[in-house]
Amino acid sequence: MSWLICLKGIVWREMLRFFHQRSRLFGALVRPLMWLVVFATGFRAALGVAIAPPYDTYIPYGIYILPGLVGMVQLFNAMQSSLSMVYDREMGSMRALLVSPLPRWYLITCKLVAGIVVSILQSYAFLAVAWAFDDAAPPLGYLTVLPALLANGMMLGALGLLLSSLIRQLENFAGVMNFVVFPLFFLSTALYPIWKIQEGSDILADVCQLNPFTYGVELIRFALYGQFDGLSALVVGVAAAIFLVAAVVGYSPSRGLARLKAT
Amino acid sequence: MTDALTISKISHAYGKRKALEDVSFLIPQGRFTALLGPNGAGKSTLFSLITRLFDYREGSISLFGQDLGKFPGQALRQLGVVFQQPTLDLDLTVQQNLRYAADLHGLPRRIADPRIERELARMELAPRRGDKARDLNGGHRRRVEIARALIHDPKLLLLDEPTVGLDVPTRKALISQIHELCRQDGLAVLWATHLVDEIDPLHDRLVVLHKGRIWAEGEAAEILAANGGSLGDIFSKLADGEVAA
Repeated sequence: MSWLICLKGIVWREMLRFFHQRSRLFGALVRPLMWLVVFATGFRAALGVAIAPPYDTYIPYGIYILPGLVGMVQLFNAMQSSLSMVYDREMGSMRALLVSPLPRWYLITCKLVAGIVVSILQSYAFLAVAWAFDDAAPPLGYLTVLPALLANGMMLGALGLLLSSLIRQLENFAGVMNFVVFPLFFLSTALYPIWKIQEGSDILADVCQLNPFTYGVELIRFALYGQFDGLSALVVGVAAAIFLVAAVVGYSPSRGLARLKAT
Repeated sequence: MTDALTISKISHAYGKRKALEDVSFLIPQGRFTALLGPNGAGKSTLFSLITRLFDYREGSISLFGQDLGKFPGQALRQLGVVFQQPTLDLDLTVQQNLRYAADLHGLPRRIADPRIERELARMELAPRRGDKARDLNGGHRRRVEIARALIHDPKLLLLDEPTVGLDVPTRKALISQIHELCRQDGLAVLWATHLVDEIDPLHDRLVVLHKGRIWAEGEAAEILAANGGSLGDIFSKLADGEVAA
């Protein structure tokens, strides 16, 4: 029972912080909307997207990039959570969490769950606004996409936790944008299908296929159309597990925290 | 009676730099014990080990007879902590900060609610319950942190230089409040400080940490009698390096 209360408390705090920081919600919506409204509109005429699963007909480019932009919402939320963890650690408020009598791995997992809940809320808010711009998925897709959002949120949230355990100073966080966020997003199928990337460069296509975010986006894409992509689910699940275990090690009293203090 | 805290032969190093070496002392139940040491003596490192922010590799730490390394959850349940750095969530209200702390200790609402009321009343914070932490002054923030540390009814309270940045009247009020907790509730307190005027030489116990080692431990009055002079004199010698570690 006390474990559930702790989980509820951490999720509740994250939600309160999210709603208090209105600029965060605004930013989370504006960024993908700029891509959807400005970028996709420009490319709509220039870029044709052939029929490929899960689509059974030709689709406008805006529809194609919708799952990628949902992935982007979750990616940026994960990095925002990660930044907030580094800030909490630097400012000291992380200590209040870590001296809880519950096991460290559980507290870290609770932080992850809290981040996932916020990222799902953001994703649905974005999907609702995109729907208003006529970039809509089938109605049932809004329900079937939920497990995919959960899985992708878990993978990206765990990656964010891992990064926060590795970053020693808040100032170093800018590097995360250059070396983690941009490569993850641009070297994926978020903006172009893999066959389109292959037309330009085989190497880039190979890199995209090694990028776990690609599978997160594809998982969302198929789920939005009520389909299950087994390979993507497997890759996302395995990547989430690896990132989470590494993050728990990073926050363990004997390894990560002591190392951070030592520097 | 089991001691509240028993530290035995603890050593800790950051890389090659030794922060604590062979540190042993104990805190009896229901007593106010001051941990005195100049900056860099190892007080914060010691707190990080007791609160299990870091693991220790040498020695042992027990809280009320329970080994912190073997039973961290049970040991940490007995412990309330006020860190040197402010750790409140500034975007949450006073009451929300206290509720969050209660949740982290797994307290159900029927237990947490009356305790939140009790601590708000004890720390004279009831009128500020709805204020965001960022709107409070330093003294009030510290009181919220103490209220938060007491929300799960710990038997041992650790405070790491809690008066840093506070004016003299607020400092005195805070020290008096904590002494009151010791007397009334039988709470054991470890109060880390580098300010000698925060120690009552007649009634407090004293642990003096110098360059990562215990320099003296016992009743403050006895340490004074054994070394002559005032606490201020002793501390000045430690800080100036006139005393060997």
